[in-house]
Amino acid sequence: MNWDFLYKFPESLQIGSGEAIDIAVKAFSRNHRETLRMIKSVILSSINSVYYLLEVIPWALLILIVAYLGWKASKKKYVGLLFAGMLFFIGMAGLWSSMLETVSMVIVAVFISILLGFPIGILVAMSKRASAIIRPVLDLMQTMPAFVYLVPAVILFSPGKTPALIATTIYAIVPMIRMTNLGITHVDGEMVEAGSAFGSTKLQLLSKIQVPQAMPSIMAGINQTIMMAMSMVVTCALIGANGLGMEILLATNRVEMGKALMPGIAIVILAIILDRLTQGLIEKGVPAE
Amino acid sequence: MNENYIAEARNVVKIFGKNKSEAEKMMKKGLGKDEVYKKTGATVALWDINMKIKKKEIFVIIGLSGSGKSTMIRMFNQILKPTSGEIIVEGQNVEKLKGKELRNLRRKKISMVFQNFGLLTHRNVIDNVAYGLEVRGVPKKERLKEAEKFITMVGLEGLGDQQISSLSGGMKQRVGIARALLNSPDVLLMDEPFSALDPLVRKEMQFELLSIQRKLEKTIIFITHDINEAFKLGDRVAIMHDGVVVQSGTPEEMSTNPVNDYVREFIEGADMSMVLKVKNVMFTPLCMVRENVSAANAVREMRENQVSSAYAIAEDMTFLGIITLDNAIKARQEKLPLFSLLTKGIPVTGEEILLKDVMSKAVEAKFPIAVVGDRGKLKGIVSRASVLSSLS
Ligand SMILES: Nc1ncnc2c1ncn2[C@@H]1O[C@H](COP(=O)(O)OP(=O)(O)O)[C@@H](O)[C@H]1O
Ligand SMILES: [Mg+2]
Repeated sequence: MNWDFLYKFPESLQIGSGEAIDIAVKAFSRNHRETLRMIKSVILSSINSVYYLLEVIPWALLILIVAYLGWKASKKKYVGLLFAGMLFFIGMAGLWSSMLETVSMVIVAVFISILLGFPIGILVAMSKRASAIIRPVLDLMQTMPAFVYLVPAVILFSPGKTPALIATTIYAIVPMIRMTNLGITHVDGEMVEAGSAFGSTKLQLLSKIQVPQAMPSIMAGINQTIMMAMSMVVTCALIGANGLGMEILLATNRVEMGKALMPGIAIVILAIILDRLTQGLIEKGVPAE
Repeated sequence: MNENYIAEARNVVKIFGKNKSEAEKMMKKGLGKDEVYKKTGATVALWDINMKIKKKEIFVIIGLSGSGKSTMIRMFNQILKPTSGEIIVEGQNVEKLKGKELRNLRRKKISMVFQNFGLLTHRNVIDNVAYGLEVRGVPKKERLKEAEKFITMVGLEGLGDQQISSLSGGMKQRVGIARALLNSPDVLLMDEPFSALDPLVRKEMQFELLSIQRKLEKTIIFITHDINEAFKLGDRVAIMHDGVVVQSGTPEEMSTNPVNDYVREFIEGADMSMVLKVKNVMFTPLCMVRENVSAANAVREMRENQVSSAYAIAEDMTFLGIITLDNAIKARQEKLPLFSLLTKGIPVTGEEILLKDVMSKAVEAKFPIAVVGDRGKLKGIVSRASVLSSLS
C-alpha cells in the first residue's frame, strides 16, 4: 500500500495564491508608473537633502552639537562628553558618511511618521469608526515580519532607498499612532468635561487641552518611532539601502567578523544617542502653553 | 414660563446603554431600576425628574453616590443630553441648541465647578481662570486683566503664575470657582465642589461661597452628599434616590415634614440647629400678666399654673419683662404697683432666627427667652429644654 497521499498535500488542492498577488502588484506597478516615479523622486530628494544638510556640517561641529544636546538633555556634563567620544569613535572607524546616510533615512522616516501618525492617532482617538478600521491594521502591521512588506515595496520601486524608506515608515509609524491615541484617550475626563462646559469647540478642546495633556505620551511615541526606524533602516540594507546596515551586510557576506563588528558598534552608539536625546525631551514633560 | 424660575427640568429621563426605548417601556410598567438593568443592560440614571430653580437661589441636590446627581446637573449645560423630557434655561429649550448656540450658552450663561477641580495642569493659575474668555477669542491682555480680578476675589491675589500642582486642594477649588465666575454666568453648576476637601477647609469654602453669592447674586445649583452642607447652603434642597427626586423644599420644610422614612433617615444626621428656626420650637408661655392686673391676681395665676414667673405684656402685647413669683408676693404684701418690680433685660429673639444663633443665649438664660415679633410684640418663648430636645 502506498501511503504517500497522506504525507503530501494534494497538488490539485493548491492554489496559486502567491502568483496571483504577484501579478496584481506587477500590474499595479505597470499601471501607475508615473505616480510611483513621482513618489520615488520625492522620497529620494528628501533623503538626499537631509544627507547634504548633515554633510555640510563640519564633523567637529556636529560632535559638539550632539555633546551639547546630550549635556542639556541629561543635565550631566559627562553624558555630553561620552556622546562626543562615541561619535568620535564612529569617525575613527571610517563610518562617518555611512552613519550620515543611516541618520538621514531615519530622519525622513521619522518625519513622515510624525506627520501622518499624529493626525491618524487623533482620528483613532476621536472616532469609533476610524478606530474600528485602523486598530486591526496596526495590529497586523506590528505582528507581520518586516520582510513581508519589503517585498511589495521592492516590486513597486525596485531595490534602493525608496522601498527601504517606505518599509521603514510603515514599521515605525505604528507607535506614533498608538501613543498619540493612548495619550488623547487617557486625558482626565473631568478636564475634557471642563473644556466643553466652558464652550470650547472640538478643535479648541483638542489644541488647548487634549494634545497638551497627551504630550508626554506623544513624546514617548516619537522616541519609540525613532528607535524602530533605526532598527528597520539597518534591516533595509537587504533591499539595497546604503548606510551602516550595508556595511554589516557586506562584511558578513565576506565572513569578515572584525569588519562587521565596527558598524555593529556604530549602530548601537547611534541608537543610544538618539534614545537618550529624545528621552531627555520627554522628561522635560509637557511644554508650557 | 414663570419669570421667577431661571432653570427647569420637566419629566427628564436619562438612560445609559443600549435598548433605551425598551428600558423606558419597562420603567413605565413599574419595574425597578435593577430589574430593568438585568433584563436590558440599560442603566436608568434619571427617571421623570421635575425641578424648578428660582433666580438667585442656592438649589442643592443631595443624594447618595450613584443616585444620579452628576447626571442631573450635566443636563443643564447639556454635557449630557436627556433621553426624554425638557431642560429649560432662561426660557430656552436647551436640548434644541446646536453648535454655536450651545457654545454661547456655555460661554455666557452657565458655568461649572467640578469635584476634582478639572483644572488644566499644563497651565498656570491665571491661564486656567482665563480659559472661558480665551475660547471666546478675547485678546490676551484683556482676558488676563479680567482673570486677575476674579483671582483676587477668591483670595488668591498674586498667585496667578503658580503652577496648579503647587496649590493645596482648597486653593485649587478657588481657582475652579474663579474660572467659573469669569464668564459672569447667570447660573453656576457645582458638582460636589467641596467633597474632596478636608473638613476645616470645607467650612471655610462654604462660608466664602455664601459671601460670594451675596455679592454677585448668582443662581447656584449645588450638589453634595453631606446633609449639613445641603442645609447650610441651600435655600431649597432636593433629595435624590435611585434616579428620582424623593422630596424637595426648604431645609425647614424637609426636616419638619419628611415625606417618608428615606428622607427621615437621611436627615437624621443633620445638625438641626442649622435648619430649625425659633418659631419651630417656641411655645406660648403658661402665664402672662397684663399691665393693669393686681399683684394678688398675678400671684394666684402663677400658683395655679405652677410656675415661678410670668411674662409681662402691655395691652397691645408688647413684651415688657418678667414678674417673678417672689416679686409678685412682695408687691402684694407691700402694696406696691406690680410693674414697679418688673425684671427687665430678658434676652429676646425673633421667630425667623436659626436655633444655632440662639442656642447659647437659650442655654445660659435664667428664664426662657422671649420671642418677639413686629414692634416688640410677644409671640412666644423658647426654653433651654425646648431647644435641646429639638436637636436630639
Ligand atoms: N457615562 C455613563 N455610562 C453609563 N452609566 C453611567 C454613566 N454615567 C453615570 N452612569 C450611571 O448612572 C447612575 C448615576 O450616576 P451619577 O449621576 O454619577 O450619580 P451621582 O453623581 O449621584 O453619584 C449610576 O448608576 C452610574 O453608574
Ligand atoms: Mg457625582
